[in-house]
Amino acid sequence: MNLRPEEWDALLLSLKVSVWAVVISLPLALLVAWLLARREFPGKALLSALVHLPLVLPPVVTGYLLLLAFGRNGVFGKVLADWGITLAFHWTGAALAAAIMGFPLVVRAIRLAIEAVDPKLEQAAETLGAGRLHVFALVTLPLILPGILAGVVLGFAKAMGEFGATITFVANIPGQTQTLPSAIYALLQVPGGEAAALRLGILSLVVAIGAVLLSEWLARRVAERIGRK
Amino acid sequence: MSLSVSLSHRYGDFHLDLAFEAGPGVTAIFGPSGAGKSTVAQAIAGLLKPDMGRIALNERVLVDERTFVSASKRRVGYVFQDGRLFPHMNVAKNLRFGARFAPSAHDVSEEGKIIELLGLQALQERRPHQLSGGEKQRVALARALLSQPELLLLDEPLSALDEPRKEAILPYLERLRDQVNVPIIYISHSVAEVARLADQLVILKAGQKVADGAVEIVLSDPAALPFVGVRQAGSVLRARVEEHGCDGLSQLSVSGGVLHLPGISAPVGAQLRVRILAQDVLISLEEPHGLSSRNVVPVEISALRRGDGPGVAVQMIAGQDRLLARITARAAEELALRPGLRCFAILKATAVPRASISQGGH
Repeated sequence: MNLRPEEWDALLLSLKVSVWAVVISLPLALLVAWLLARREFPGKALLSALVHLPLVLPPVVTGYLLLLAFGRNGVFGKVLADWGITLAFHWTGAALAAAIMGFPLVVRAIRLAIEAVDPKLEQAAETLGAGRLHVFALVTLPLILPGILAGVVLGFAKAMGEFGATITFVANIPGQTQTLPSAIYALLQVPGGEAAALRLGILSLVVAIGAVLLSEWLARRVAERIGRK
Repeated sequence: MSLSVSLSHRYGDFHLDLAFEAGPGVTAIFGPSGAGKSTVAQAIAGLLKPDMGRIALNERVLVDERTFVSASKRRVGYVFQDGRLFPHMNVAKNLRFGARFAPSAHDVSEEGKIIELLGLQALQERRPHQLSGGEKQRVALARALLSQPELLLLDEPLSALDEPRKEAILPYLERLRDQVNVPIIYISHSVAEVARLADQLVILKAGQKVADGAVEIVLSDPAALPFVGVRQAGSVLRARVEEHGCDGLSQLSVSGGVLHLPGISAPVGAQLRVRILAQDVLISLEEPHGLSSRNVVPVEISALRRGDGPGVAVQMIAGQDRLLARITARAAEELALRPGLRCFAILKATAVPRASISQGGH
């Protein structure tokens, strides 16, 4: 398959955006998942609702809210601009949008994994003298690794496919903010673009299937390592 | 070495309120399910914060109004009913986890000794799901020991096992008691286990302590019989193996006489503890002749207690040991049994199952 330079750009940008989306959302997702699974605190329901908001909100609304908050005149946008960080109409904004849209999926996968870990095992580790951090690193984390992997794959897949919030927040600038879905959308708007759109569509399919296969393989390896198989 | 516990804790309409001291050796906490045993264990281990109370281990306060030492800093080795081995680690790694947070580095021989004591040499590479229930508990015991605990807390460690596996692991626990210098709290609802392992006994019922003392004294106390259960009640005697007869009977000396029991494999000179169920003991006013039983011990009646049913529990002194018999109230009346009466206790040799005889410890 011969890809034109701008099509290559869209693919590479999508991969870059998706990787970053996962990287920035994962630590926070771990924390939030742990809080939701293991802690009782005031405002827990609110946090849960907030985390799930991107699932139910129209993506274009999420994108618009991002624009309001992180745009040049937005509350956070101004502060970040002072630090030299631009998000709106920039690929970093696409990564942020993708991270937020995928966040509920990542949190959910990890939360389910944490809930599946028997707290009695963590208690046993404590009675053996392990402090909180050691218990998490040596017992909880290895046991939830399959769930984290699932979350990563879901988050990555969601980021690869994210369209509505992304195009609203960072627009559709070829070579800068044009991800695969945006490129396909643009191609379908011009006469004679169908062939190229189909090529990119197939490309998306290949990336998606590759990601799923990779995750299945990793999940199997991890399951063997932690003795579940 | 001592543990001092005084607790008050309420959840729902259950109220736990008790105090006890535990010295060196094995202190059993005994009671039916729901008596609050596990709550006590969790409070000692730091997995539960009691509403009120004070817990001190070797003069170190673990819990009082101002103090709550976290579970990871208590150095209480907790062996749970379900083992709780880490499923993502093999046996060797589970054991290393125990040693990892020990206050001082283990020397290899010490570690080897514990692994050998519990017979784990051949299991090192196994995963928890490849172990039998008994093997899991042995690993859990070793893991707890390797953390160099100041107190070992065994919370119904055998109750998830079937009878043959219990039998298989009890000798390990006896060895542990006799060879490892760590006081043990043994939580159980089995009188048989308590009689075999414990030195001291605390009986709980509905969150309250109802009996407390040396195991030989509490188990032979007629007043404790309702808590132990009439079928399970019985005394524990200390015995010494004198000789093995060629007919399969062995001669044991107890402080008040001689017993002849079958199926004893311990060598001559070994100290044993023998549990004799109250329902297997008969009482005769005169020394019996022409009787099939070889086990007749002269005794003096020290206490009688009438139960709710037709039974009477009779406590007798034989040398330094105590015996408990359960007979009918009618028989007690006709024989005019009373404290101070000298009579004879008769025991059928085959009534003592092998599981009631164990290596004696202290």
